[in-house]
Amino acid sequence: MDQDSNVKQDESCDLVVPPREGQGVDVCKIAAREDFSDVTFLLEISHPMMAKAAKPGQFVIVIPHEHGERIPLTLADFDRAAGTITLVIQAVGKTTKEMQQNLNVGSTVFGVVGPMGTPSHIGEAKKVICVGGGLGVAPVFPQARAFKESGAYVIGVVGFRSESLVFWKDKFEGVCDEFIICSNDGSIGMQGLVTAGIEAAVEKHSDIDEVVAIGPPIMMKACAETTRPHGIKTTVSLNPIMIDGTGMCGGCRVKVDDRMKFACVDGPDFDAHTVDFDDLMNRLHRFAEDEKLAVEKWSETCRAGT
Amino acid sequence: MAKKKTIRTIPQERTPIPVQAPEKRVENFSEVALGYDLDNTLNECERCLMCPEAACVPGCPVAIDIPGFIQKIIDKDYRGAYDVVSDANLLPAICGRVCPQEDQCEGVCPVGDTLEPVAIGRLERWIGDLAIKKGWANLPHIEANNFRVGIVGSGPAGIACAADMAKAGCDVTVYEAFHKAGGVLRYGIPEFRLPDDVIDAEMKNLTKLGVKIECNTLVGRLFTIEQMVEEMGYDGVFIGTGAGTPRFMEIPGEFLNGVLSANELLTRCNLMHAGEFPNYDTPLHLGRRIAVIGSGNTAMDAMRVCLRLGAEKVYCIYRRTKDESPAREEEIEHAEEEGVEFLWLTAPTEILDDGEGNARGMRCIKMELGEPDSSGRRRPVPVEDSEYDFDVDMVVYAIGTQANPIIGQTSKLKLNQWGFLEVDENLATSMAGVYAGGDIVTGGATVILAMGAGRQAARSMKAYFGIRDSGVVYGDAGERNEDALFGIGPVEKNFARLRLA
Repeated sequence: MDQDSNVKQDESCDLVVPPREGQGVDVCKIAAREDFSDVTFLLEISHPMMAKAAKPGQFVIVIPHEHGERIPLTLADFDRAAGTITLVIQAVGKTTKEMQQNLNVGSTVFGVVGPMGTPSHIGEAKKVICVGGGLGVAPVFPQARAFKESGAYVIGVVGFRSESLVFWKDKFEGVCDEFIICSNDGSIGMQGLVTAGIEAAVEKHSDIDEVVAIGPPIMMKACAETTRPHGIKTTVSLNPIMIDGTGMCGGCRVKVDDRMKFACVDGPDFDAHTVDFDDLMNRLHRFAEDEKLAVEKWSETCRAGT
Repeated sequence: MAKKKTIRTIPQERTPIPVQAPEKRVENFSEVALGYDLDNTLNECERCLMCPEAACVPGCPVAIDIPGFIQKIIDKDYRGAYDVVSDANLLPAICGRVCPQEDQCEGVCPVGDTLEPVAIGRLERWIGDLAIKKGWANLPHIEANNFRVGIVGSGPAGIACAADMAKAGCDVTVYEAFHKAGGVLRYGIPEFRLPDDVIDAEMKNLTKLGVKIECNTLVGRLFTIEQMVEEMGYDGVFIGTGAGTPRFMEIPGEFLNGVLSANELLTRCNLMHAGEFPNYDTPLHLGRRIAVIGSGNTAMDAMRVCLRLGAEKVYCIYRRTKDESPAREEEIEHAEEEGVEFLWLTAPTEILDDGEGNARGMRCIKMELGEPDSSGRRRPVPVEDSEYDFDVDMVVYAIGTQANPIIGQTSKLKLNQWGFLEVDENLATSMAGVYAGGDIVTGGATVILAMGAGRQAARSMKAYFGIRDSGVVYGDAGERNEDALFGIGPVEKNFARLRLA
């Protein structure tokens, strides 16, 4: 599918169908699923209106079932022609493990809300590095594509633990002028963390305008520290705990430039050099005990069921 | 004809409402005030003097004909009483429970000059509950027109506006960002004050009027207000998104785990059922000793939720005194009975860290009341050297809300300096056909004021469309109309029932 043409189609913005007609029975139905590894999987969910409205950098909130929690997931892609949004999910907690087990092509998610958050600013940058690590590999893709479409020279840097976990290599290569894969064990690309990839790219190009980094907070923090000495503008997409995603609860508050910001409405993109990552990491542990309990209880009932 | 009632002949004592005992109710989420039975109701109705120019009617933000419905109850025409109430107020079972009647209808009741005022709220609740039990709905004859109306937000303002526009014959769709409709009624007000069943029943009445409700729809981001008007074919739009964004104080320690807004606490518990974790997936991680900052109704709700979930100790921290507290008197009383400790004239200055990123305590300073400020309330001033620490492991902010930024971020609608939507006296925004009301215009207020705003916006929208209000009688139109009965035209609101009779 030619992604570029789909995005451009939006500019003319044909009639937005009122949800009554657009949200037929197929809304929130899983249109496709692909498993990248035992923990990482991709879901394409039908939602024509959201596919039309989505922009790079935005996220959605998924409620898997009626008793489920509301979890924020950054959009990994959207296909306006097919009317689908794409999420890449790592099964790490109870909700995501449950999704991995239960959601297959044809099943329906209880609710998907969005697109949420302020879209990424795809400015006049001429040369950018788009960095994705772990969870962040997929969501950095729409940004890389948007930069490419805006005419920028795009260097993609993605990190995986080993070759067997790599996904979307072709997709990235399609929108990146240079593409660097970093692996912890050296089984593919260069050995090392994404920061090594950034260093290599910065060494080669002295005229980088912007770095966009998405991944676990510890990785984004390391990226910020890598670019800080070079004075390169660096944008990160923050992933704090959220409930509503509409600016109503303040659960997603983050410390940016020593001020309180709500990631769901003020972000999720922020200037990496002003973000307090330690605070973010502390707040992400807020429900650690409860999360552990939920997984334990869930595993038990799973065993009991089989 | 019965003898005219006077202040001396009516029952002198206000009929008490049965309540769950405090020690029992802190262990459950069932309703605290159990509501009047029929005898209670009839007795309380006798206390109404049927004033010819009743002060209570203008005292009500939606102008319910209060003596009218009380008379119907006395006449044992309960269905008639419900129709009188629901002509003005779609949600009597809700408003009877959550309105601050002491500042509204009951506050101006002349009986209150010498005795306790008539318990109008309790009577309204009784009639609302009866209607739910009997499955009554006040469905007027609706003549469809070609206007389409989009409502943003399914809270009290949105549903009041939706009901009026649907009654006027418009095709109405309500959009809600959460997965369940009701807005603050759903996520904000706890079960023990407003049971979910009551909200469900009142919402059902809305759909009976033909209103469609679309959940999981974030207006502004999924589509914009401009798109609703220009592309989606809405002739009119009403924005009732509420205020929402919680305030913090910018004191040290606010980012610690265990510190959260009342909005977050209440949403986790009311909407997401965190109290039933892990059967529901949303956690709360309740503290043992909890301080709630603020003393409004939201603070009371938050504290009482914490007690019910098993908190050992709950403090209310407020920098003024009980007299200035914005909460309803009844709510403060209930909270006191349930064991909340009120620390009046106390302001937090810092939340203390346990060294691992969690709250372990709070530093407060004593206050005293100084000269009155712009709000007319005496300004609290810190007492020097009065700082002290105490142990808490959870701190809840209930000090009000600011404007939600999403509509402002995504539309060209004019905002005022605080980020709330700017409207004229008809609640029209800067965009033709787009109206707004409730907390997104006024800042945090009450359910009934939001409903009043929703109804006012509906009147303005009808005028904008050129629709005649169904409450207005038009000369001899009825006589000319073949469908008229007893000279009453089908535009009249009770026509359908009249025909059945």
